[in-house]
Amino acid sequence: GKENRMKVLVGVKRVVDYAVRVRVNKGTVDLANVKMSMNPFCEIAVEAGVRLKEAKVASEVVALSIGPKQCTETLRTALAMGCDRAIHIQTDASMRTDYMDLQPLAVAKLFQKVVEEQGSDLVLVGKQAIDSDAGQTGPMLAGLLGWPQVTFAASIEPEGEGLMIERETDSGTEKIEIPKLPAVVTCDLRLNEPRYATLPNIMKAKKKKVVTLKAGDMGVDLEPRNKVLEVYEPPSRKEGIIVDNVDMLIDKLRNEAKVIA
Amino acid sequence: VSDPLVAGAVPPATLSVIAAAQQLGDESVTLLTDGVPSEPVPDCISSILVMGGGKTAESVAAAVQSVAKEHSYSHILTSANKFGSNFAPRLAALLDVSPVTDVIQILSEEEFVRPMYAGNVLTKVQATDSPLKLLTVRSTAFDKAAVTKSCDNVTELDLPEWTASIWKGESVSKNDRPDLGSASIVVSGGRGLKNGENFGLLEKLADKLGGGAVGASRAAVDAGYVPNDLQVGQTGKVVAPDLYIAVGISGAIQHLSGMKDSKTIVAINKDADAPIFTVADYGLVADLFEAVPEMTEKL
Repeated sequence: GKENRMKVLVGVKRVVDYAVRVRVNKGTVDLANVKMSMNPFCEIAVEAGVRLKEAKVASEVVALSIGPKQCTETLRTALAMGCDRAIHIQTDASMRTDYMDLQPLAVAKLFQKVVEEQGSDLVLVGKQAIDSDAGQTGPMLAGLLGWPQVTFAASIEPEGEGLMIERETDSGTEKIEIPKLPAVVTCDLRLNEPRYATLPNIMKAKKKKVVTLKAGDMGVDLEPRNKVLEVYEPPSRKEGIIVDNVDMLIDKLRNEAKVIA
Repeated sequence: VSDPLVAGAVPPATLSVIAAAQQLGDESVTLLTDGVPSEPVPDCISSILVMGGGKTAESVAAAVQSVAKEHSYSHILTSANKFGSNFAPRLAALLDVSPVTDVIQILSEEEFVRPMYAGNVLTKVQATDSPLKLLTVRSTAFDKAAVTKSCDNVTELDLPEWTASIWKGESVSKNDRPDLGSASIVVSGGRGLKNGENFGLLEKLADKLGGGAVGASRAAVDAGYVPNDLQVGQTGKVVAPDLYIAVGISGAIQHLSGMKDSKTIVAINKDADAPIFTVADYGLVADLFEAVPEMTEKL
């Protein structure tokens, strides 16, 4: 019935595009003139939310992004993919969101304020951001809210008043039942194949509402709790060689690298 | 906090976490497990806490929270795999601690190194916000603690039942090969293998190499050639064996992230421009369907 239709909140993060190989410059990761995109796992979360709406399980899908003013572009992408409206928690331009300044605990606390204010039933986020690689925000948010959580979701199916979710584990998969919402779910790679936003939908997305809030006004301590002391590139591997044939490969592994008997 | 015991033994990933814990000083280490180990444990384990029943992140986090309140631990560590990554950030929020995840190096009691940007950047992090440090540890970055003795100092925890999420069963992929995360030799296949049956070629090679593990790239998993738990990379497993043989894998940033700390890397690929050759110690530009059987035969 209509009364059971859930309100979904999806978190989306603006990160360096997945195909860019970043460099360290002047003691930090150089983000000048680097292509930025929506974090790939967040795209999967948006797709999951939009599919719940298309299946008439969700009544509304709201996208939330936390970061500098350019995050509105990321939110427009989420709107073009089918989210209904968006909330932007704007941070100062100087505040990096890749763990150097803003860190997951503060992000989760900002997120919590929005969840409580919006009365969301289901929060969907990616399993990790590909810049910080922290993978903390989803389970932290669930902990702060006291809600159940499922991480690394590979399938999400409505069941009764709740959800049946299959999640990826270290040895395969397992099923977790959420008998009743609310809940937080983090999305793994194999949950779905995110759609491309079509031009008409990109045009429509321009008319959708984006509300902007200031991160500094939300009563959350934004100071990084873990101090980043140093940023550096890992030692590069010594240059390898191209062998002519299988015999030479076996000889090198046996007598030079000494890794096989 | 131990990964689930395997046949009564502390699993390899947790033995690495224990080795990391020992680097923090010579204090005693308490092991929180899902059962009483029937196999020996490392010498530094002074007590074992057992939580019954809890398989969800909520129950594990609640169990650790309850003991964290009672004992004043300086550090709580667990593995940075899917088990540890599931509950540790939740626990962190419950304790209002900012965790350091995927630690690859311990510099002091409060300074740690962790990778970012798919391993292309390392950051030295100082955790000063609380007396308690919460860490998830990349197991391949630490040796495994030796198992030496049994520990009789066992306490069963009495825990409240969590019902807002219910564990309904698992599907463990059948695999009698060595554990991918701790094998000394790994043979991995990518899209170049063309189908799941052809992974048999890699298994034969791994067997000839004395029983190596078999891994895969994301492309091979997405195409359904092999199950997801074989995926090596930023979003799958991180491996660092003595020998990593990448067969028919182009070498995207996300794959390199999971294997570039291997001691020796071999790439077999027919595309001479494949990025995998930039990290390979030995590259062979060849058709894998000829080179792999030839190598298996000649070993």
